[in-house]
Amino acid sequence: MTILIVAEHDHHELKSATRSAITAATALGEDIHLLITGHGVDKVAQAAAKVQGVTRVRVADDLAYTHGLPENLAPLLVLIAPDYTTVMAAADSFGKNLLPRVAALLDVAMVSEVTQIVDQNIFVRPIYAGNLNATVQTTDPIKVLTVRATSFPAAPDGGAADIETLPTTGDTGLATWISTEIHAMDRPELSTAHVVVSGGRALGSAERFQEVLSPLAAKLNAALGATRAAVDAGYAPNEWQVGQTGTVVAPDLYIAIGVSGAVQHLAGMKDSRVIVAINHDPDAPIFQWADYGLVADLFEAVKELENSL
Amino acid sequence: MKLLVAIKRVVDYNIKVRAKADGSDVDIATVKMSINPFDEVAVEEALRLREAGIATEIVAVAVGTAQSQDVLRHALAMGVDRAILVETDAVTEPLATAKLLKAITQREQPQLILIGKQAIDDDAAETGQMLAALLNVGQGTFASKLELTSSHVTVTREISGGQEKVSLPLPAVITADLRLNEPRYVKLPNLMQAKKKPIETVKSSDLGVDLVPRLKLLQVAEPPARAPGIKVSSVAELVQKLRDEAKVLS
Ligand SMILES: Cc1cc2nc3c(=O)[nH]c(=O)nc-3n(C[C@H](O)[C@H](O)[C@H](O)COP(=O)(O)OP(=O)(O)OC[C@H]3O[C@@H](n4cnc5c(N)ncnc54)[C@H](O)[C@@H]3O)c2cc1C
Ligand SMILES: Nc1ncnc2c1ncn2[C@@H]1O[C@H](COP(=O)(O)O)[C@@H](O)[C@H]1O
Repeated sequence: MTILIVAEHDHHELKSATRSAITAATALGEDIHLLITGHGVDKVAQAAAKVQGVTRVRVADDLAYTHGLPENLAPLLVLIAPDYTTVMAAADSFGKNLLPRVAALLDVAMVSEVTQIVDQNIFVRPIYAGNLNATVQTTDPIKVLTVRATSFPAAPDGGAADIETLPTTGDTGLATWISTEIHAMDRPELSTAHVVVSGGRALGSAERFQEVLSPLAAKLNAALGATRAAVDAGYAPNEWQVGQTGTVVAPDLYIAIGVSGAVQHLAGMKDSRVIVAINHDPDAPIFQWADYGLVADLFEAVKELENSL
Repeated sequence: MKLLVAIKRVVDYNIKVRAKADGSDVDIATVKMSINPFDEVAVEEALRLREAGIATEIVAVAVGTAQSQDVLRHALAMGVDRAILVETDAVTEPLATAKLLKAITQREQPQLILIGKQAIDDDAAETGQMLAALLNVGQGTFASKLELTSSHVTVTREISGGQEKVSLPLPAVITADLRLNEPRYVKLPNLMQAKKKPIETVKSSDLGVDLVPRLKLLQVAEPPARAPGIKVSSVAELVQKLRDEAKVLS
């Protein structure tokens, strides 16, 4: 029962989502290997060796791996997968891009966005925008999974794994990286923030989205989130979108402001510990999910809320 | 240049589905079905590439029962040139679907394959990557912008925290994010005309693909309900509850 986790990192630190995958893996077995790919990854490999639960860090250092292109990483995974019963990663844009490609090459099924591990072959995953949970059993010799980070706590430091260097598989020439644009944020990262302040179409413009929500978010040390309607209207950048097709969050406190509560939005936030909704329509569906609902005009209520913190 | 678009018939996104009483599966016997929203975006992108003079022919393909003809008709009404139904009564998992799509790709030899980023029923987001793997071609997943030349496609991809751009030699597989475009409305006369257009049917059994499911569905259940919340009457009450009851404010 040896498990391989494909790590995501920025060449300095492991992503918190990878630490969540490590926690998930402890439910599957005791021998947990972490694969670090990239170019010049010594530092992150050393950091990874200290994570609790990890028994071995395997490093594949190659220029072709720098940008995490699945076309170049999949052959490496296919090479080493036969050593494992399970190959897994966090269900974020990196893992969701790579692992289905690996599963197909191994001719095995993929189980995406696992939220609960029942046993070594049985997993729970949401379907229909989280309206339902499916429990599925795999029959393949190698299981390929992505796990939802919000369902498993991040593994802390406290381990001492050995580090091993792997041969690499080079560049397939099937894809060339051109550029990456990560928008610098003065707020905590959405997927891991303890508090999220989210705005909907009701904010009305990009300026008002900022003007109304930023001061509140600053006081709460919160990340900003948005509905698809707000993103499509240009009030907020794409990467703030919470939901079925955006980021899935589960903070301690989620404040939905001028958000109607469409299922596709709920899919991304309904596992938050405490949900607050501010909406002037008493019948807005979001109130069915809110622990605390306030029927009010958001422009007045948010100002008042900010002032009373 | 020829384009292939894969479309799936799914429960309409406005419908709240339920589990069957015995929890054995999803109950979709009587609900409204539609083209998967992401696939409609993929069709729209193909149409725009043809309108821009880059693509010459668009073939839509659906894997499913005879009923999937209705989403193919929707694609024909939007403007695709041809439609193929890969008919099967079995519900195919993404791996099997990808294998069937591979067989169609080998027959049709498109330069670009456009697929939805995810089907809103299984929410798997796997088929496109699997197809790219089986074809040994590049994959531009979660695409929000395409720039196509005769030999390459440059794809802007939505990734955590921002965007990434990659260039892929053709042929390649693209999976469409909703952001890629806004699909056109289908006009009624076009829909009527599409009813008369032929749809080619290929039996899945003729494609030599093993469709045996690898996953066993043990149970479908509603997620545990949240404890009912309350309405507060003022901001002051909200702050007090968040402090004293929920203890999320210090
Ligand atoms: C395939 C698919 C995937 C999707 N994925 C996502 C996703 O990932 N995330 C997502 O969010 N959506 C997603 N959507 C869109 C989703 O269906 C909804 O359209 C969207 O969430 C609505 O956004 P909203 O709540 O901001 O807007 P609306 O539904 O227009 O709601 C605005 C709310 O603001 C309230 N309001 C207006 N003025 C005020 C005021 N002055 N004070 C207080 N309240 C006010 C109104 O009462 C209303 O409830 C998806 C849709 C599809 C088809
Ligand atoms: N039965 C099917 N027929 C045609 N295309 C499909 C089918 N299933 C999935 N697809 C395509 O694959 C995409 C991703 O589906 P999935 O991997 O199931 O989330 C969909 O948006 C479709 O474009």
